This record gives sequence, structure tokens and C-alpha cells, in this order.
Amino acid sequence: MSEKNFSKEHEQYIKKLKTNRFNVIATRTILLVFFIIFWEVAAELQWIDSFITSQPTRVLKTLVNLFTEGTLFKHLFTTVLETIIGFTTSTILGTVIAIILWWSPFISKVADPYLVVLNSLPKVALGPIILVWVGAGPVAIIVMAVLISLVVTISGVYSGFTDVDEAKITLVKTFGATKLQILTKVVLPASYPTITNALKINVGLSWVGVIMGEFLVSKAGLGYLIVYGSQVFQLDLVMTSILILSLAAGVMYQIIAYIEKKLIPYK
Amino acid sequence: MPTPVLSIEKLTKIYHSLNGETLAIKDFTLDIGEGEFIVIVGPSGCGKTTVLSILAGLLFPSSGLIKYSNDEVTLGYMLQDDHLFPWRTILDNVYLGLEIQNRATTENKRRAELLIETYGLGKFKQHYPAQLSGGMRQRAALIRTLAINPEILLLDEPFSALDYQTRMAVTDDIGSIIKKEKKTAIMVTHDLTEAISLANRIIVLTKRPAVIKQIFDIKLTSTDHSPTQNRNAPEFMNYYNEIWKELDVHV
Repeated sequence: MSEKNFSKEHEQYIKKLKTNRFNVIATRTILLVFFIIFWEVAAELQWIDSFITSQPTRVLKTLVNLFTEGTLFKHLFTTVLETIIGFTTSTILGTVIAIILWWSPFISKVADPYLVVLNSLPKVALGPIILVWVGAGPVAIIVMAVLISLVVTISGVYSGFTDVDEAKITLVKTFGATKLQILTKVVLPASYPTITNALKINVGLSWVGVIMGEFLVSKAGLGYLIVYGSQVFQLDLVMTSILILSLAAGVMYQIIAYIEKKLIPYK
Repeated sequence: MPTPVLSIEKLTKIYHSLNGETLAIKDFTLDIGEGEFIVIVGPSGCGKTTVLSILAGLLFPSSGLIKYSNDEVTLGYMLQDDHLFPWRTILDNVYLGLEIQNRATTENKRRAELLIETYGLGKFKQHYPAQLSGGMRQRAALIRTLAINPEILLLDEPFSALDYQTRMAVTDDIGSIIKKEKKTAIMVTHDLTEAISLANRIIVLTKRPAVIKQIFDIKLTSTDHSPTQNRNAPEFMNYYNEIWKELDVHV
């Protein structure tokens, strides 16, 4: 397979793939650039009211301001930290609960209706209760993030566990495997693809939880900037915060995708 | 017969469900000698696999006795599909049984690796199962079973997932490996050609509830007793026809 001399047809095939890839990336970039230019021009020519829509140059100015004031990283750091803590907590807690449910079919059957109700309940409704219970502060925000992503993590990971090929479990049983060995040698590694998929959903939901939480209580963070900006009618600040938020969320998603690649090399 | 390595006495199994109970196996009695290759055939759904599952300790019998000549006997079970773990390399797949039985010593691992080399998968040790052909995977599955050095092999239709040509080749392949390693084997199959070409004795079971209908001693005139040679033995067709009649298949 390591031959260097490919046929002409093969070279064309590779070329076609590369052109296709290039076209996709180019179109993406053009779309973005076009959007930014259109936004800027529309605001300059006063087709849209830049007071309520902001405009790219003003976003950039706000960004520089936040940076020079030194508050940019404070807000970014607060939100990212809350998200990471929320994400990690709900991932670990969700996986542990999923393992318990897998381990004991009895507990799983008992818990089923509760999980269904918890899953369909809009967790945001619990916001005020959380504030009363844990006080208005970062803890409330993290609890919010965990609540929003936990049930999804549990059901995602647990369904991964139950989807594991029964015959693979039979196989290790023929070697005399204990339940713990079945878990560590078969069920967990076989579920890595489902678990990483659950993590991808989980990371998005953790952002939702953190921003929701910051809307409700915070004194710092990107969610706080968004709420504050809209209250004082500084839409530049709102747009800038959303931009930073998108970038941060994108980076975090890429990290998860990287972990997935490391975890599942055989894919 | 010398002392059997395994004797099964009046094995009976009843399956329970909400809708009632099903008698799957009734009074299954059989002595198996060392190095014997036993093949169990019977109509589909008659409970052939149940017998193996009970022998392997995956299911409990409702009544009956299973006695091994040696209390510390190691069993190797081979299933229909290879069930190699896609996240493990071939080498790590072969180590699986040793790991689970906490016997993954350097010596045992080296022995397992030697098996891989001996049976022609040396070049594929570091490959993932997806990179191997069906026949090679099945061979890797057999090596995984042999790696724990079992005295008795239990084979549950081990070739049925393969296409016809591969199946012939793999039957020869695996049949000769088992003979070379001098293992006692109990195989379940519905393929009579496979059965006759491998077996010393064939046990024919009835429809559910399965009882032993007849036992055939297979004696073939063939030069090297490989499955291929056995298929060309003059007695082959007679056995085939007789056993086919006993199976009493109606469509």
C-alpha cells in the first residue's frame, strides 16, 4: 500500500478530494467575511441602527477596551472556569450514576420514572430554589450547569452501557469474569463512543447552564456582561460578549473532539 | 474407555418465563474421554447451545451432575462470532482471558504470543480486528481461547458466521490446530459435513425437549485425518445419510 507511483486516475481522485475540501473551507470563510462586511457597511450607511445592532468596528473597539481595562480575561476566565467545573462534575457524577444503574437492574427500574420526569422538567425552573438554597454566587451557577446537563449525561452513558453487545459480555463470562471486570474490560471501553457523544452534548448544555446561572445571579462572567450590556443598552458589549462566548465554546468542543480521537484510536 | 475427563449425568434444564416453563434438555448423559472431539447436532432450537452454556458455567442446570476428572479444569469457550474487541489489538485481544483470570504473567503472555506466531498471525499482532479478514479473525478468536491453555474446548457453531468457502478453509485450519494442541473438544453445529469431518463421536439430539437420540462413532478411512481428507473418505456419505435420517428434518 506504500507504493509511490499511483495511477493517473488515482491522482485525479486525490486532486478532486482536495479541491472539494478547499471549496468547502473557502466558502465558509467567504460567508463569514461577507457577513462581517455587510454588517459593517449596513451600519455605516444607516440601513440598520447600529445603536441596537452594533457593528464590527464597534465590537472590535469594545474588545480592545475590555482588554486594556484588564476585565476581558476576568470575565472570560470566570465563565470558562464555571463551565469546566460544571461539565466535569456532571460528567463524573453522571457516569458514576450510570454505572450504579447498570450494576443494579433493580435500582435502574426503581429510578426510571424519576429520571423521565427529571429529564422533561425544565431545569431553569429550579433557578430560584437554587438561589435560596446555596445563595447567590458562583456555586449557584455551577449547580445550575450540573442540573441542566446531569440527566442527559446519565441517560446517554447508561444507554451506551445497555447497548453493549451481550455476546461480548458472555465471552468474558466464559473466562470467569467478575462483574467489576465485565465493567472495566467490556462495558466501559465498548461505550467510549457513546460516552464521548454524551460529553459533546454535555459541554453544550453546561454552557447553557452557566449562562443561565449568570443571567440570574452573577457579578462577573460573559453571561453577566450580556445582561449588564442589555440593561444599560450597550449592545456593543452584548455582541462582543456573545462573540467571545462563541469562540470559547468552539474551542472547548474541539478539545472534546480531540479527547475522543485519543480515546478511540481504532475508529 | 479410559477414565473420562468429563462425565455428564442426567442433565436437565428448564427455562422459566412469565408465560410458563419450557423443558429444554432432559436426562442428558455422556462420558467424554481425553482428546475426544465430540460434536452435538440436532434440529435448530433444540437446546444444543444450552448444553454448552451449562458446561461452561454460564447457566445452572435444573438437575443433574457434571463431573470433571480434575477439579481445576480450565474450559475454553468459542462462540459463533469472533467477538474480538475492536478497541484492542489482536495481541491484546489474545491476552484478554489471561488478564481476566489474573494469569497474565510474562511466561503465559509469551506462550500466547508464540501461539499467534505458530498459527500465522504474527504479522498482525499490532493490528486492530477490523483490519483482518473473517477467517483470520476466527483464528485469532481460537488463539484467544487457547491462550488460557484450556483442557476442554467448547465450540458453539464457531464457523457459522463465515461464508461457505472461508468456512471450509477455517474448519480445516481450526480442526487441525485443535488436534495438534491435543485438546478435548465439544462442538455444537448444524452443519453435518463439518460435524462428520471433525468428530470422533456425533451426538444426535431430538427436538425440544432435547434428549440424546443416537450416538455415532465416526471411523473414517483417510490418510492424515485432516477435515479435508475426511470429507473424501469412502464412509463419509453413509454417515451423512444416516445422521440426516436421524435428524428427521421436516420443512
